Amino acid sequence: MRWGVITFPGSNDDAQTAFVLERLLGESVVRLWHKDESVDGLDCVVLPGGFSYGDYLRCGAVARLSPIMRAVEAFAQGGGMVLGICNGFQILCEAGLLPGALIRNRELGFSCRRVHVRVEEADTLFTNRCRRGDVLDIPIKHGEGCYIADDATLRSLEAGRQIVLRYTDAEGRVTPEANPNGSLGAIAGIRNARGNVFGLMPHPEHACEWLVGGEDGRKIFLSIIAARGGSAETPAVPTSSKVLSGP
Amino acid sequence: MKITADIALQHGLSAEEYERIESTLGRAPTLEELGVFSVMWSEHCSYKSSRIHLRGLPTTGPRVLQGPGENAGAIDVGDGLAVVFKIESHNHPSFVEPFQGAATGVGGILRDIFTMGARPIANLNSLRFGAIDHPRTGFLVRGVVGGIGHYGNCIGVPTVGGEVSFDPGYDHNILVNAFTLGVVKADRIFRARATGVGNPVMYVGSRTGRDGIHGASLLASAEFDAESESKRPTVQVGDPFTEKLLLEACLELMSPELSHHLVAIQDMGAAGLTSSSTEMAARGGTGLDLDLSLVPLRESGVTPYEILLSESQERMLLVVHQGSEDAVRAIFSKWDLEAAVIGKVTDTKRLRCTFDGKLVVDLPIEPLTDDAPAYDRPAAEPHASDDGKLNFKDLPEPTDYNQTLLRLMESPNLCSREWVYRQYDTYVGGGTIVRPGSDAAVVRLPGTEKAIAMTVDCNSRLCLVDPYVGTVSAVAEAARNLAASGAEPIGVTNCLNFGSPEKPEVMWQFQQAVAGLRDACLAFGTPVISGNVSFYNETEGRSIPPTPVIGMVGLLEDASQHVTQWFKSEGDAVVLLGRNREELGSSEYLAVVHHQVRGGVPWIDLEIERRLIRAVVASAREGLLRSAHDVAEGGLAVALAECCITSETIAPLGARIELEGGFRPDALLFGESHARMIVSVRRRHLTRLREIARREDVPISVIGEVRGKVLEIGDLVGVDVATLRECWRSALTKALAGSAAA
Repeated sequence: MRWGVITFPGSNDDAQTAFVLERLLGESVVRLWHKDESVDGLDCVVLPGGFSYGDYLRCGAVARLSPIMRAVEAFAQGGGMVLGICNGFQILCEAGLLPGALIRNRELGFSCRRVHVRVEEADTLFTNRCRRGDVLDIPIKHGEGCYIADDATLRSLEAGRQIVLRYTDAEGRVTPEANPNGSLGAIAGIRNARGNVFGLMPHPEHACEWLVGGEDGRKIFLSIIAARGGSAETPAVPTSSKVLSGP
Repeated sequence: MKITADIALQHGLSAEEYERIESTLGRAPTLEELGVFSVMWSEHCSYKSSRIHLRGLPTTGPRVLQGPGENAGAIDVGDGLAVVFKIESHNHPSFVEPFQGAATGVGGILRDIFTMGARPIANLNSLRFGAIDHPRTGFLVRGVVGGIGHYGNCIGVPTVGGEVSFDPGYDHNILVNAFTLGVVKADRIFRARATGVGNPVMYVGSRTGRDGIHGASLLASAEFDAESESKRPTVQVGDPFTEKLLLEACLELMSPELSHHLVAIQDMGAAGLTSSSTEMAARGGTGLDLDLSLVPLRESGVTPYEILLSESQERMLLVVHQGSEDAVRAIFSKWDLEAAVIGKVTDTKRLRCTFDGKLVVDLPIEPLTDDAPAYDRPAAEPHASDDGKLNFKDLPEPTDYNQTLLRLMESPNLCSREWVYRQYDTYVGGGTIVRPGSDAAVVRLPGTEKAIAMTVDCNSRLCLVDPYVGTVSAVAEAARNLAASGAEPIGVTNCLNFGSPEKPEVMWQFQQAVAGLRDACLAFGTPVISGNVSFYNETEGRSIPPTPVIGMVGLLEDASQHVTQWFKSEGDAVVLLGRNREELGSSEYLAVVHHQVRGGVPWIDLEIERRLIRAVVASAREGLLRSAHDVAEGGLAVALAECCITSETIAPLGARIELEGGFRPDALLFGESHARMIVSVRRRHLTRLREIARREDVPISVIGEVRGKVLEIGDLVGVDVATLRECWRSALTKALAGSAAA
């Protein structure tokens, strides 16, 4: 399938996302620039992590106004798959493509660590290679990842089975200690009501190789490939390949 | 304004130096020229007190592609690639304004690396603060760590390792040393030599403001006093987002398709436009004509003097080919950055600057650079800071070794640094194999099977007692940390932090440290390819302990052979490589438990260290080592405890250890003798490990086994590993929570 990975000025995980898709999973990737105005012909667009435009205002508040985002909004409204990781999640919330907002972490500082997230919904375009209740080991690295929403929004997220990932401990239990940023309901990732837009704070692109951070993150990308009808059983590039190319 | 010796003094120049300026020029300098001299002849830029001593360092070797003298050094790592690295201090700015001081320290060292055409792939830092209970320490720690994280995280370079220590000797002068390593194709290293008469000089990046004026001269090259707070305006303000754009734009310009436009490139760091232009001209053997009216400015009314001396961040100076101006402008404009032609290369060997059509600077280049003053300052051994020999008889033995071990595990210098590195993005870039918390950081070399290991080390307590042995020990510890990660040491950078060079005893410490650095680097075959000297680290006459921080880089031919410090599984044999000695001098144990810094420094022998490193690297390459950990501060007991509890992913493991004693148990458990490593191996590999140890003539003893949930050492220690981990892990957070907010 054809992926688009957007580079905003200040994006930091764009190269790593493209590396995982192209080199580890054998996918076709188009690198998109924030001033581009079209995402035509793509199957899934990724908004990567980083600090778009420096994020000196609210995170994602400037990026949502960039030319590429008009194309992404139209793409999403047409049913195209959109994945927002970390800063990408923040941008999707700012753009109104996902409900709620991401504010400063409970401890008020940047937090980089491995966390566990539990798969709440496996019947989605983004998690169909997991089982419900699976616990994934994926890192987070953010200062503004505390998910909040008003009561009505939260109720509709629950009712619509839009909460896809929650922070838990290694055994899959939601506990205050396992919630790294104070997110409402320990929410780590949500999808929109239609189910084609997914945002999450953890970084699956940093958990795709044993050598650097584990392999649980692959399941997210492989799910998207499977949803598009691609073969997600065996990646096109052997994962045991000893040539370890970084981005 | 008529320039006089008094005005020169206010600029930090001595009366003799001012006389030298007048006699060189045959006239009084203009104000702008005086400003140029004052920064170029500052200690920070000219190395005037250290230059003659640094000449003895080993700087060459078969792998060295670039030694000292450029923005950073470069080492060949095979596969057509080179690593470019350097460490630099940002001590005074960080004490005056910790967040921005530390942040711009990171920004500055990053520019030094990508100026060479290398993409930065790892940041490390070495931090020294005052006593943890000093009223200002909490504020400084939070600011410095926050600033480092802010800059590194935002620009997207992982901060993968470092060291943090606390000592009252830094109460009034903290140390913030930042290290960056980048990767570049070996045949595509860019240098800063302004050549080609008539070639345009271009200014790219942020606009110039009035920040950081005299940062290099008045802030970095003078000691602190009660007025230092008022120097806050000399601290620059960083903008990592702009630097990210500058990084990408510069690397785009230096790509194979576009680099034919570029002749030379240098960042505007300390002393800004002045030093970047004069140094580029000096290296190229040329001159430069600059029109300061063309420099992009943040505000109106900035004077030529301020333009020359501003240390505004995120700026670069380029020399490009004639006719390439528009192509270069187009690249920077894509990244929304400014690029302006501000002058041209000449054959005059002079720096000439005009402003509004008026000539304000007309100076020969050589007196500013190669012929700047160099001093052989007097040196004299100070009175021994070590107040006498340690008499074991006067030292009561602990009655409860469990309590003693726990006390050490929670001491500020030994406890977990998780509170610090959790604020750093350690993943970005996708290459981090070993994150902070093991002996060295390991990052893969993009596009290859190889990996690079990095560490920064110094034990300033040893350096205070004996700067020569202390520096040798720092180099040896760095080499052991790399070996424990499976890497062969290949090169060194250094940041020599000292008090005022005008004091003979400080100069003696400095000379001893440089001699130690030379001897140790010769012994390990690790050339010194870059470095930085930071003098005047003192406040109201009190110097910091001599602190020569060693940044060492190692190579793993196969990234999958990397080794970490923690035990992996029950049943593995625990092996001590090296020999225990009855030493307690200058140990953390003496300081924490007995409140003493004395007893000399531990004995060290470089040949024994070399053999140990060869044995450990060879064992790692054969895949024998399940874990390896250097024995350092806290001694054998602390090192064993760390092997049990420091993994992020493996639940704490216990061990049953028997040590051959024959001497005092506290010296056995907590002495800090060198040349020791704890490794764990599968039992079936013990024979092969013994063969390697015999071949390298390294003492080897099987001291126990990984098993259970308790660390037992003979009948002296028996502590539950969960208790050890909790005590070690929470100590820094608790200590900082207890310190005042400002």
